[in-house]
Amino acid sequence: MIDLITKNLPALQVVIPLMAAPICAIFNRGRLAWTIAFIVAIVSFAISAALLSQTLDGGVISYHLGGWAPPIGIEYRVDVLNAFVLLIVSGIAVVTLPYAVKSVAQEIPQEKQGFFYTALLLCLTGLLGVTITGDAFNVFVFLEISSLSTYALVATGAERNRRALTAAYNYLIMGTVGATFFVIGLGLLYMATGTLNMVDLAHQITLRGDSRMLHMGFAFVLVGIGLKLAMFPLHLWLPNAYTFAPSAVSVFISATSTKVAVYVLLRFMFGIFGFDYAYQQSTLQYVLLPLALLAMFAASLVAVFQTDLKRMLAYSSIAQVGYMLLGTAFMTQTGVMATVIHLFNHAVTKATLFMVAGAFVYSVGSSKISDLKGLGRAMPWTSAAFVVGGLSLIGIPLTVGFVSKWYLVQAALELGWWPIAAAIVLSSLIAVAYVWRIVETLYLHSPSPDSKAKEAPLAMIIPMWVLAAATVYFGTHAALTSAAASRAASTLISASNIIWQ
Amino acid sequence: MIAIDGSTGILLAIGIPLIVTLFIAAFSRMPNLRDASSVIAAVLTFLVVLDLLGMVNAGQTPSVSLFEVMPGLVISFSIEPLGMIFALVASGLWIPAAIYSIGYMRAENERHLTRFNICYALAISAAIGIAFSANLFTLFIFYEVLTVSTYPLVAHKQTDEARRGARTYLAILMSTSILFLLTAIIWTWSATGTLDFQPGGFIAGHVDPALVPVLLALFAFGIGKAALMPFHRWLPSAMVAPTPVSALLHAVAVVKAGVFTMLKVGVYVFGVDYLSQTDASQWLVWLASASILIASIIALTKDDLKARLAYSTVSQLSYITLGMAMATQMGIIGGTMHIVTHAIGKITLFMCAGAIYVATHKKKVSELDGLGREMPFTFIAFTIASISIIGLPPFAGAWSKMYLMLGAANSGQLALIGVLLVSSLLNIAYLMPIVARGFFAPSPVAAHSLGAAAADDGKRWREAPFLCVLPLCLTALLCILLVFEIGPLYEFLLHIPILPEVPTP
Repeated sequence: MIDLITKNLPALQVVIPLMAAPICAIFNRGRLAWTIAFIVAIVSFAISAALLSQTLDGGVISYHLGGWAPPIGIEYRVDVLNAFVLLIVSGIAVVTLPYAVKSVAQEIPQEKQGFFYTALLLCLTGLLGVTITGDAFNVFVFLEISSLSTYALVATGAERNRRALTAAYNYLIMGTVGATFFVIGLGLLYMATGTLNMVDLAHQITLRGDSRMLHMGFAFVLVGIGLKLAMFPLHLWLPNAYTFAPSAVSVFISATSTKVAVYVLLRFMFGIFGFDYAYQQSTLQYVLLPLALLAMFAASLVAVFQTDLKRMLAYSSIAQVGYMLLGTAFMTQTGVMATVIHLFNHAVTKATLFMVAGAFVYSVGSSKISDLKGLGRAMPWTSAAFVVGGLSLIGIPLTVGFVSKWYLVQAALELGWWPIAAAIVLSSLIAVAYVWRIVETLYLHSPSPDSKAKEAPLAMIIPMWVLAAATVYFGTHAALTSAAASRAASTLISASNIIWQ
Repeated sequence: MIAIDGSTGILLAIGIPLIVTLFIAAFSRMPNLRDASSVIAAVLTFLVVLDLLGMVNAGQTPSVSLFEVMPGLVISFSIEPLGMIFALVASGLWIPAAIYSIGYMRAENERHLTRFNICYALAISAAIGIAFSANLFTLFIFYEVLTVSTYPLVAHKQTDEARRGARTYLAILMSTSILFLLTAIIWTWSATGTLDFQPGGFIAGHVDPALVPVLLALFAFGIGKAALMPFHRWLPSAMVAPTPVSALLHAVAVVKAGVFTMLKVGVYVFGVDYLSQTDASQWLVWLASASILIASIIALTKDDLKARLAYSTVSQLSYITLGMAMATQMGIIGGTMHIVTHAIGKITLFMCAGAIYVATHKKKVSELDGLGREMPFTFIAFTIASISIIGLPPFAGAWSKMYLMLGAANSGQLALIGVLLVSSLLNIAYLMPIVARGFFAPSPVAAHSLGAAAADDGKRWREAPFLCVLPLCLTALLCILLVFEIGPLYEFLLHIPILPEVPTP
């Protein structure tokens, strides 16, 4: 029995949440659905931890779904990179669910809560599936599962603000455009190579050499994923979606969905096309790099002028995605490592901050910055968590944000790209501006006299502080995450070196 | 005293101020206990630091490593003479500052005193962390902790003005540290593969000599707390804070952390010998000189007492930067000594300014006429500290200025002696009028004191509360005492390494 489970861990990682989702829907009782979802999240987390421990030494688990050998059958392929991402996604799910109890109870009507958790589980399934699979078309399928459920999740914010509906609709349109680009790109790759298995794709590309078809496939895939990960200027869906979604959903998707999309980008860029693919090199350097820089500055600047906390955090997310793309565009071991470690670090930081925003929504009924005046006294724990998360966003030492920035700047200096290194530190200064605006509002303004704000319930405070503590813990003990990230980067690079030798 | 070993001592010195924050928080509704715990922690910390001094004098090098943050980057501490001096200054001056805070904050009916005391203790802990850092990475962490923990202190009054001042404070300190200092540290790391402070420095041979001045510039401007022009604006704008905070900023911790870091980088990253061979710091000599003179001249134009003192600090800090940039042993010794003498002098001056404000609510130099006769203790202390800052014997400041001049002579740059002399004259010009007004100018016959009050003018003392006056008298006394104790200090500072250690075979 144990043996059966350990052998099938990769499949279980996806199958368990997938099966649990309809069960939630069938019962459709809020409390029960939540319990199921929570148990599933814990099990997923345990599975991904087991997978990471099996792959941390550089091993690769290749699981053939249904016993069909690749490239015909679907292969689940786990190496240290995607095991790491799996751990992030399922870990965030584990902390988000306890947090969701109170906020969902307040924001979503009783009769819809069962469906809400169903959608959340489907979203989790999709994200885990995207990450674990070694089959390019399978990526598309899971990407759509996660996207469709996210549209629904965003739309459930309509109880609080009707604009959630248009936000979800916008997201739906743009997300579908992105998915279409992605699937067309896959089609072109299939035409060029005759295969959809990632490893085989990489092999066939080297065998057959470069072609115009491949160029087009590459470009379509890049744009498609670019939309999903909110690459500037394909980010327009993101601010509204994050702002109007229910708090728990903002927490979950902000910490996971863009990260998974970045992972897909990494996998396609380096796992399939390889480091030495000239067309990709020039694209990364002349298209992705400027866009990443633009995102870092433009989105941060826009964030400074927001009047709503959640919206500000959303713009900051776009800027942070810029950092990840920048690391990718360096195309060095340190650069990729910086990207991978930032996946984790930003997930933890942003989840903390969105939890803070959600706690404000819960207690004050709004995330407008002008409504947060003087809350530092009434809600000390929530406000302090914001300070921790905010410092990490800026990249102050002892927080995870600093670790990311350290490696990113180091990667730039290794290449001798001084202006880029300067741009990284300069853009993090803009973060000081938007973070400190909130800190001032919280602590240095006197609260409005009729404010009856109380501290958020423990069920929200504890998950929030678990993440805030993780922000500090992994900021002071980065050996674990940096080892994982470094190995993940090496895996990608050595894989692509083998391809091109 | 219980015998403690070096590593425990270091952890205690950093840890006591940290732990006391818990007590302060727990006693937030019992003001007496809360404020007393600050003072007790200050005394304990000082005792521990003294104990560590004993160990250093006995030839030991107390050190401790905590944990590895990133591969190769360890939080670790190790005591050398320079850091020992800074830790002594920070922990020693915390005692009068803590006592003074009680007197001042209560007399002013300030609120949020729990937050105030907690942040104050955190800042001290960070300052001692900076002093004992064994590598640039640890130093940078505590440097940032110091910035963040002092921000609530600057913004303490929560008025629009305080918020604006605090914003400038944070913006300049944080942007310089992230933009320049962090870049410099990462550059050093990728060029040399180490960040550990080493006697004689570790840059030589790893960085293209043509780029060494650039790296030094990144450090010099990145250490915004040293208030080198043109990144000095945060210091005057931070004077909106209550006076005990100004004392912390100007004397106990913040600016001293800046110039200390400057010296530390000069001695243990670049190496004095290396700097003098390559002339990499030559430009800094002139910038620091300019900073000294310009800031003194600006101080002359300020009528607000605290603003005048703030610009005086900007000028005096550049003495220390200058001492480093001269790249001679006497320069380093003079600079380090100036950390001590200026800290004691400036804390006295600020406490006097605060005492005057508490007693009379006067902020401007032009309003101080005749006040010296009403507040004799405060003004005598002010006079002593002023003369010490100017650098006239028989007060402590004379020594540090003398060694700085010796350093200038050793480096063969006689113009620098001129700079120091002119600056002394400027110091006289902006400090002595305050004393003169206080003692000799006739008291203004103000409208409110026309009647009976005017009659007994000059007879009645209007001193600030006892807890305000006591600490400033103590530190003024210290200005005098230090004159006689300068020998041991000089001997101690001779241990600051100038040349790289020759590896023993």
